[in-house]
Amino acid sequence: MIKKLLDKVKEFDTKDDTEPRSKKLYGLAALYNTPNEIIEAAAVVAGKGYEKFDVYTPYPLHGMDDAMGLGKPKIGFLSFTFGLIGTCSALLMIGWMMGIDYPNIIGGKPFFALPSSIPITFELTVLLTGIATVLGLLILFSKMPKLNSPLNDTEFMNNVSSDKYGIVIRTNDDKFTEDTVKNLYLSTGAYDVQEIFYRESNLTTKTPIFEKKFIGAIIGTAVITAVVSYFTINYVLYDIQPFDWMWMQARINSQSKSDFFPNKSGMCPPVNGTVAKGFLPYDYKGMPDSSVKLLANPLAVSKSVLERGQDRFNIYCSPCHGYFGEGDGRMKGLFPKPPTLHSVKVTSWTDGNIYHVITNGQNVMPSYAEQVSRDDRWAIIHYIRALQKSKNAKEEELPK
Amino acid sequence: MSLDATYTKELPLVENNPPLKELDEIIALPTETKPNKGWWIAFGISSTALLIGGVSLFLTIYYGIGMWGNNQPVGWAFGIVNFVFWIGIGHAGTLISAILYLFRQRWRTGIARFAEAMTIFAVMTAGIFPIIHTGRPWLAGYLIPLPNQNGVWVNFMSPLLWDVFAVSTYFTISFLFWGIGLIPDLATLRDKTTSKIKKNIYKVLSLGWTNSNRNWSTYERAYLILAGISTPLVLSVHTIVSFDFAVSVIPGWHTTIFPPYFVAGAIFSGFGMVATVLIIVRKVFNMQHIITIDHLEKMNKILLATGMMVGFAYGIEFFIAWYSANTFEQFTFINRAFGPYAWAYWIMVSCNVIFPQLFWFRKVRRSIPITMVLVILVNVGMWFERFVIIVTSLHRDFLPSSWAMFTPTLTDLGLLLGSFGFFFTFLLLFLKTLPLVSMSEIKAVVEGAQPTIHPHPHSNGQHKD
Repeated sequence: MIKKLLDKVKEFDTKDDTEPRSKKLYGLAALYNTPNEIIEAAAVVAGKGYEKFDVYTPYPLHGMDDAMGLGKPKIGFLSFTFGLIGTCSALLMIGWMMGIDYPNIIGGKPFFALPSSIPITFELTVLLTGIATVLGLLILFSKMPKLNSPLNDTEFMNNVSSDKYGIVIRTNDDKFTEDTVKNLYLSTGAYDVQEIFYRESNLTTKTPIFEKKFIGAIIGTAVITAVVSYFTINYVLYDIQPFDWMWMQARINSQSKSDFFPNKSGMCPPVNGTVAKGFLPYDYKGMPDSSVKLLANPLAVSKSVLERGQDRFNIYCSPCHGYFGEGDGRMKGLFPKPPTLHSVKVTSWTDGNIYHVITNGQNVMPSYAEQVSRDDRWAIIHYIRALQKSKNAKEEELPK
Repeated sequence: MSLDATYTKELPLVENNPPLKELDEIIALPTETKPNKGWWIAFGISSTALLIGGVSLFLTIYYGIGMWGNNQPVGWAFGIVNFVFWIGIGHAGTLISAILYLFRQRWRTGIARFAEAMTIFAVMTAGIFPIIHTGRPWLAGYLIPLPNQNGVWVNFMSPLLWDVFAVSTYFTISFLFWGIGLIPDLATLRDKTTSKIKKNIYKVLSLGWTNSNRNWSTYERAYLILAGISTPLVLSVHTIVSFDFAVSVIPGWHTTIFPPYFVAGAIFSGFGMVATVLIIVRKVFNMQHIITIDHLEKMNKILLATGMMVGFAYGIEFFIAWYSANTFEQFTFINRAFGPYAWAYWIMVSCNVIFPQLFWFRKVRRSIPITMVLVILVNVGMWFERFVIIVTSLHRDFLPSSWAMFTPTLTDLGLLLGSFGFFFTFLLLFLKTLPLVSMSEIKAVVEGAQPTIHPHPHSNGQHKD
């Protein structure tokens, strides 16, 4: 099977590749042996007034342009123009991106500075010059690709691309007649004169560009390229996160699934008896007042503690007890009025006793342990002490 | 008084003045025959190295550059050393094809094609390293100023970005230069081959080139323009590579001598690599009369000159360190020569400056075995030059508490080996598929290939019609 296929390939490979030629003459070609002969022949052909002719040599011959009467090549203008376009577009691009569209302070330097733009400007100048020169040479000046030029695949071309020098005068030259040209060749020392015929494909008026297959292939390629590049570029530039955010970490979030624990929960209930920080249970919960006499206020009196105490007192206590602890709250009879905090009973209480009342509640007063933290409760007690003092202050205790 | 004309006469560029057809045959022979055993052995070795490099590359991309020995304070090590090394190798090709062309050094024709191909493969090899050094090579598109979801642009003030533009431009222009040089040769191969498949391939690749003089005329001018723009380009590329270091504030990097020093080093290492491979190639493919001993001698002279430029730069660095009275600078250079990496420093000095001094002797310049040894030493020395510049400057900088040594990992060494494998695999494929000497250029410099008369259009003469 494979052998058969290989044989087929071999057969195809060795088969002569001769495209049928038409009967229409493209031009007369002559072959010469030495560079001197060809340059002389070129000078004579040009001198005779032929215009549609060309010399074919395996390598460029010095002085051949002069002998053929050709002017200076013009590709330099193209290169220069594109070089200039490269320079300008690089400067404009950098200036716009750095100076206008997204100005960024980098090392305290100006947004757009010429010195730091020079390397890239230079590179883009060279890049555009180079690409324009090569494409200009191939497409604009040499009219390539010209795979089906009548000269290719001929005996003539085989010689001039190796070691012979040839000249071709086209039939569409005004002065062309077969005999004169042939005689001219022979008189300049040509060792061979050959007729070059057009290929069949050169003569058809049908342009291969407009063939259905070709157009279909072009459109197909264009569509595939567009679709692939659309998705690729979108993916690369818009879907891939260039940088991970800090919250995107290899850890388990509280509500997410985890295979580590048998119950597949990322979050575990705390071990029995766990105490959260700042939530130590109150030892005297539900006990009578007398048992808490030993509790002492852990906070020292200071301005900030008193202010904190005032703040909390005004929020949590003043609705019933009133701003000054006199039991004249703002509840307007919706809740029983508490007794005043300035009574002998309360003033003679230890701090621990008041703390116990706030934490545990008393009569209709509920526990405030949930709303007011421990330290805040002690701060409130300091503030109550200050209130009590303010109601009973003697004159000599006033600051002088 | 008349000068002795023979004294200034140039040596023949191609020995024995062979007929043009024979030149075609010799140059096209490797492309027409099956590879021999030697080629397969070489290819086996290079593709094995490439495979090892591929595995290292996979590990690097999969696990990240933590696989490398890089760490604080040596954040740049093998990756950047290899990048600068290969970019440097890539400078010889364009130097030979562009600068020597502008200076009308016609001996360049024998080695230009080959050196240009080496340039392209070396730049390809070099290009791998900065991309994987970013750590996330799949995001390399962000190196180009393309509109993106963040609405930001690249930083045009960073030498690292200049590098992106310089290296990609250099690759493109070298490739175009090489490509248009190949077109006439592909046309010659197209007309020479007897195989239909090959003929069709060459036909397409040569774009139907017809050897027409009207095309040659523009072609030569375009070649001149490309040589003209490539000359400042080749100098700019390594200049910009040196900016990567010189624009920073690390002692040992922050030096104004870096651009010329790097360019000289690049040409030095490039010629070293070209000579190394050329010596083998001319022997294997039987091209001793096309790539003659005179070529090698001229290359050795360039090696001697650029080697001394590099040596001069080594000296100047020490002088400036002393003259600047900058303690950090002084310490860095004393540390280079006598610190823990002194061995690398002295390998560099001896391979790059001391041994090439042997090229002062004509006998040495024209001796193939000695040249071979010396140019291999140049390659080694130039790799160590980059290692010394990068690693020794980083490993002991301003803060002694963060000093540390650098140790390469297996992945580092695998990538280094792989880079050689990548380069030589491409080179070996090139040797068997494309003509390694420019046929159209070499034929043009054979004696008697150019006309001795320069007529203008005329219709008189002995010819009557």
